[in-house]
Amino acid sequence: MLEILFFARLREQLGVGRLQVPYSDAVATLAGLQDHLIAEHGELWAQALQAENVLRAVNQDMAALDSALAAGDEVAFFPPVTGG
Amino acid sequence: MLNDEQLLRYNRQIMLGELDIAGQERLLAANVLILGLGGLGCPAALYLAAAGVGTLRLVDDDVVESSNLQRQIAHGEADVGALKVDSAARSIAAINSDTQVERFAIRADGETLAGLLEGIDLVVDASDSFASRFAVNQACVAANIPLVSGAAIRSEGQVGVFDPASGTACYQCLYPDAPEDADLSCAESGVLAPMVGVIGSLQALEAVKVLAQFGEPLRGKLLMVDGWSLQVRRINLQPAVNCPVCGSR
Repeated sequence: MLEILFFARLREQLGVGRLQVPYSDAVATLAGLQDHLIAEHGELWAQALQAENVLRAVNQDMAALDSALAAGDEVAFFPPVTGG
Repeated sequence: MLNDEQLLRYNRQIMLGELDIAGQERLLAANVLILGLGGLGCPAALYLAAAGVGTLRLVDDDVVESSNLQRQIAHGEADVGALKVDSAARSIAAINSDTQVERFAIRADGETLAGLLEGIDLVVDASDSFASRFAVNQACVAANIPLVSGAAIRSEGQVGVFDPASGTACYQCLYPDAPEDADLSCAESGVLAPMVGVIGSLQALEAVKVLAQFGEPLRGKLLMVDGWSLQVRRINLQPAVNCPVCGSR
């Protein structure tokens, strides 16, 4: 299983803060997981997750889309923040 | 050397054995630039003054508006229409006359930043746009000055310490695509007042730690705060291989 976390504005946009995805070859990379989530949930998720400058972390390490995933990993998506 | 009054005044900080008199002396000798005296810069400036930072160089070309008062706590009703650097300087002076304040009511950009950073030991980026965040990051990398970066909007925020001397990621490493500022300002998206207070205070905390050489500053890490659920996540950053700002170090 993969544990997926959506933070702050992404949680609000997607209407979910946390979900689980069964681990398989299709979600063996961060890009694969993102494609899987978009295929499952549709256009809104594509816009949110593929937005420029979304930060992604695997087990609390900032990660690029080609990062490998393993069963049990925690994957988190964060929106860019400015303002102040 | 601390005088008797200072020993008494900063006693609660000196009591922390790791900080001690040496750490307090470092704070009193420190020169900190605060970029932006808005929601983040106000609490950061007030806490750094109270903590005994010797010199605060305030940079902001804006004037106080009534819509700022909901969250920019160094400014009061009587300050509406005044320069933010003047208003903040008055609040700082009321808290700590030890702190020297230098006021620059100018826009910090690629042309002015190098001069503004002269003699500065640490920068608190409390600005409100990606454009100024990238510019100050670039200037700090070039001048080898630690940068405590904060951002807050709506009910979310983030804090990071980008210290060129440590070889960890710079701010640009986070955002290779150079984002646009659309929809990301407080004027367009709104912000909960204590959210900027929390993030600005965390910036002051990290600045004090770096300057006093206390604890483990957030170097190479980014703290993400979701105020809606009060969830906090700390992510470990890696320098981007092809970073146009720090990649060639």
